[in-house]
Amino acid sequence: MSTGAPAAERGFLRIEDVVKEFDGYRAVDHVSLEIAKGEIFALLGSSGCGKSTLLRLVAGFETPCSGRIVLAGQDLGGLPPYQRPLNMMFQSYALFPHLTVADNIAFGLKRAGMPAAQVAERVDAMLRLVQLSKFAQRKPHQLSGGQQQRVALARSLARQPQLLLLDEPLGALDKKLREQTQIELVNIIEQVGVTCMMVTHDQEEAMTMASRIAVMSEGRLLQVGSPGEIYETPSSRFVADFIGNVNLMDGRLEVDEHDHCIVACADCRHYVGHGITGSEGMPVSVAIRPEKIHVSRQPPADTQFNAVRGRVREKSYFGSFTVYHLVLDSGATLKVSQSNVQRHRDDELTWGDEAWAHWSRSAHVVLTQ
Amino acid sequence: MATPAPADPAAAAAAKHRVGLRRLRLPSGRAAVIGVPYVWLLAFFLLPFAVVVKIAVSQMGTVQPEDLLTWADGQLTLRLTFGHFGLIFTDPLYVGTYLRSVQYAALTTVLCLLIGYPFAYFMARARAAVQPVLLMLVMLPFWTSFLLRTYAWKGLLTANGWAHDVIVGSGLDHVLAALGLIATPGQLMNTPFSLVLGMTYTYLPFMVLPLYGNLAKMDLRLLEAAQDLGATPWVAFWRVTVPLSKAGIIAGSMLVFIPCIGEFVIPELLGGPETMMIGRVIWDELFANNDWPMASAVAGLMILLIIVPIALFQKYQAQAQEQRR
Repeated sequence: MSTGAPAAERGFLRIEDVVKEFDGYRAVDHVSLEIAKGEIFALLGSSGCGKSTLLRLVAGFETPCSGRIVLAGQDLGGLPPYQRPLNMMFQSYALFPHLTVADNIAFGLKRAGMPAAQVAERVDAMLRLVQLSKFAQRKPHQLSGGQQQRVALARSLARQPQLLLLDEPLGALDKKLREQTQIELVNIIEQVGVTCMMVTHDQEEAMTMASRIAVMSEGRLLQVGSPGEIYETPSSRFVADFIGNVNLMDGRLEVDEHDHCIVACADCRHYVGHGITGSEGMPVSVAIRPEKIHVSRQPPADTQFNAVRGRVREKSYFGSFTVYHLVLDSGATLKVSQSNVQRHRDDELTWGDEAWAHWSRSAHVVLTQ
Repeated sequence: MATPAPADPAAAAAAKHRVGLRRLRLPSGRAAVIGVPYVWLLAFFLLPFAVVVKIAVSQMGTVQPEDLLTWADGQLTLRLTFGHFGLIFTDPLYVGTYLRSVQYAALTTVLCLLIGYPFAYFMARARAAVQPVLLMLVMLPFWTSFLLRTYAWKGLLTANGWAHDVIVGSGLDHVLAALGLIATPGQLMNTPFSLVLGMTYTYLPFMVLPLYGNLAKMDLRLLEAAQDLGATPWVAFWRVTVPLSKAGIIAGSMLVFIPCIGEFVIPELLGGPETMMIGRVIWDELFANNDWPMASAVAGLMILLIIVPIALFQKYQAQAQEQRR
């Protein structure tokens, strides 16, 4: 998905070939990234992948070993955190426990030398924005987790930063509250119109909140794209596996044309509706999402391509959908998810049943890495 | 709030947790464990204190204080004398000594804080591996006798002592003389300077340890948050670190200030005639003047003088506890 921003604004935040090493361990490995003005960008990865280090490099708490970080045309290199025109919302908030909610929000404004009357006005405005006006005189420990999160947001937005950094913004909330807060947070960020870079290990959070996602692993960016791109056209086995559920089948490239390719696997031959640039015979993987596979007792019309036979080994009912695990002839397991559009089905599959799984030619992608 | 808030769920959960814990607790003996030290304190602090108060309101006889209650001619007489307390407030000797004690104790506390805070701060921020070593170094002086260490200062500060030579050689004694801490340059021993130096030296660990305990616990991300919000490290120190270490500052100051007021040995060894503190007055009343009631009155008032800051401290601690919950 393109954000449609003019070229000059595409690189509002530019991270150029940044490297960060700790005692010989490379936490961030030649990362380059551009974030457009007004975008909500998510760095997604499991813990220890370097995403938090990258965020801390932008905030100025760490200094890159090499590379540049440029915000709105200004090189941030050499600027200490307190001089950078950005603010961060910390993981578990780091609210000042000795200050009231209002004083927490006012902290950054006072440091900027804003006159007292103006500070009070701005604090009021921020409190209204996050709907905490009634709690201005409370101490952070007197608030619930969700309220603390909103104070942290108000505090980091009070100085009208050019860039807002969010470190696991919803990590400290329980699941139910998290879903509600995701939407709330995005609404506030969009209302303020601030460019936003967030770090999360929660793919759902990244998918719902961000306009673009970068998947990170071992200090490198594996793929950058919209949530849809990342999910539907992953560029590597790691990304396919990391985001959502996926079936990965290893095979060899048999035919590679510009509009299709054929991959031979142990259990079936795949006819894929897109070409890749590879040599015939090279080892590749085919990734298929469970919800893009259909199951039935009867064999499909065409069993030459994109169809396998298996036996139901597991069946998990999730209410809105059911997940079957089919054991194929080669011993591999194929996960299939069927949405339960009807309340009852006469020919419902159950444990031990023989079944056919098949999928369309646009359901899967071929991965070379 | 417009709508009545439901009972705090966190508090309810905590209460449930406590009930749960009670089942896990050792069956009994809780009262005894708490009770023994209380009985100890009752027997060996409160009762003697009552005796001291009793003596303070008695008249001094020839050898020992007269009884408060006398039985003569079929008549029970209670004779309370408050004159000793009156004398404390009217005789400049006592008032002066009290004030001096508070003054030296306060000066010592401030010096301990000024030296101890940076010390504790850098100790708490040192690498985790070296912290135990630094901590042990703070406690190392306790391995030798306090009396010996105080005595050693005597040797260091008298003419030809190392410390004496360094201070006089650098001309620092003129500064001290200008500050009124020593009477004449070159004479360091038996002055307010040697007294405060000795007390600061002795009580410094009592300031450092609680401060260290407090500063080591601090969440360093708060400093990052402060810097992120535009505070220079220096501003962050004053606006975040110092306020958050308030409990440590108060605890350390109490641990230094309170024993300093009643300090007897250090003024005896390092102080001079013009640095007489309460401890010495009590000693003189008791052993030189053989005036037990006067000594008791001075001692009793000293305890009151100390109880006030302790009570304030307790109140603050209770509030801080409440906040942390």
